[in-house]
Amino acid sequence: MSSNVLSKTVRGFSRALGRTLISEQSAHERGLLQALDPRVKLVGMLAMVTTAALARRLPVMLALFALGVVLAVASRLSLLAMAKRVWLVAFAFTAMIAFPALFLTPGVAVYRIGGLAVTAQGARSALLLITRVEAAVTLSTLLVLTTPWMHLLKALRTLLVPVEVIALLAMTHRYVVLLTETANAMFESRQSRMVGRLNGHEQRRLMVNTGGVLMSKTLELGNEVFLAMQARGFRGEVRLLTNFRLRGWDYVAMMGFAALVVTAAVAGR
Amino acid sequence: MKENELPEVEITDAAGAQVLEFEAEAVRFDYERVAALQGLSLQVKAGERIALLGANGSGKSTLLRLMDGLHFATAGTVRFRGEALTESAMEDDAFALRFRRQVGIVFQNPDVQLFNPTVFDEVAFGPLQMGWPREEILDRVHAALNWIGAEHLKDRAPYRLSGGEKKRVAIASVVVLDPNVLLLDEPTSALDPRSQSQVIELLESWNDGRKTIITATHQLEILGEISGRAVVLQNGAVVADATPADVLANTELLERANLIHSHRHLHGGVQHRHPSPYLRHEHDKH
Repeated sequence: MSSNVLSKTVRGFSRALGRTLISEQSAHERGLLQALDPRVKLVGMLAMVTTAALARRLPVMLALFALGVVLAVASRLSLLAMAKRVWLVAFAFTAMIAFPALFLTPGVAVYRIGGLAVTAQGARSALLLITRVEAAVTLSTLLVLTTPWMHLLKALRTLLVPVEVIALLAMTHRYVVLLTETANAMFESRQSRMVGRLNGHEQRRLMVNTGGVLMSKTLELGNEVFLAMQARGFRGEVRLLTNFRLRGWDYVAMMGFAALVVTAAVAGR
Repeated sequence: MKENELPEVEITDAAGAQVLEFEAEAVRFDYERVAALQGLSLQVKAGERIALLGANGSGKSTLLRLMDGLHFATAGTVRFRGEALTESAMEDDAFALRFRRQVGIVFQNPDVQLFNPTVFDEVAFGPLQMGWPREEILDRVHAALNWIGAEHLKDRAPYRLSGGEKKRVAIASVVVLDPNVLLLDEPTSALDPRSQSQVIELLESWNDGRKTIITATHQLEILGEISGRAVVLQNGAVVADATPADVLANTELLERANLIHSHRHLHGGVQHRHPSPYLRHEHDKH
């Protein structure tokens, strides 16, 4: 991948991430998951993620992934955006990790690349890992995209997650947003001062330097944000204008989640 | 009086003297090993409008943060109405809540202060932390948005606002609590002239004469409008404390504190030298 492409990818990704995280547009859509009480959604989705992580059978993992896709459609999320920002990224990272397993797992050779043999067992392990990660990442992403961040934090708090962890998560969220904003500003500022094209080596050197500066800048800004939150009385406890209230639909969803998790857990053993 | 309105704070004592709001005594503050404040002493009386003047790095922002209990003195003491602002004091929830209710700070960079998904959520953040009833929060947030003329922006993401709008929302997010003390860090820096005067007018309309307003700035042109007392900082210490008129008249002090610079220009082919383009000056006829 050329550094120019890398720079464009990082910029595009950071812009999209910034927009998604800051505006929480998808969390305010009138979709299936958005209509659920955040506590029900949190517990249900986490249980499904755990089931996906523990499942050993490929059809069960594929079914959980397919369920994630259906839920995304029912929650009015763009499948194209999910594919670009979630599935492809998860696939790329997991494939990198799973790649050696193709050759290192002992078993029956099904294909040869040079002197290395891809084994059937290796291919199955790699496929299992990729599917498991895709299913788990899809379900977690659905939870984050369909729930306003502060609602999610409050839901975690009602599940007795300590105040310190909540404060840390609140900070992390703003930190990521700042990171993307700062990254955009730095890329644009660099672009405005560049004449001609840099060669690959120079591009990579610039990217590494930018990464370092970006990290220290956002750390500083993140700290400022936390001070600003403290200055207005934030003590780690999440407070909202709306109180959570379970409705009929939430009880149906609870039963649905329970049935799915039990079925997947039994079938996935 | 509304349930969550602050009780009327005394600004004068029994003898008729103004109550001390803040007292900084021989304060030192180090950022790692660099001293930002060095033996700074300052008293602020209730109801005063003070401008903290100083060049970049003179210690203005640090002093405001110490006064807001966000940083703590390395040596010396900062007191608010007689109570020392220490780390352990701020760890006490009851004290911290009482203090945050009375003292608000507007940061220099509005981007760090605006961390909520919408303008409405941003302004409601402080009242929510105070645990006020829902109806009262809604009333106050709408009133604050109206006051800054931003009711139409309530559903917008703060990061999409212009610089002037961001600044006004940042001010509203603090003023919504109606604190007794307002600390402002460069409230008009990087704003266009119209936004600048809007911010100043907002601050003037908020002050009912009982509020204490401390503004850190290096913009001399707004000094008369925002303050009745000017404190000049240099290298983390107070080097002058006088009326704005006296400070503005002391060009030698202003030049030494790096608040003005020599300014040369041509008039009818004759070169002039003035201490600053911002200070009033007249020309002889050419």
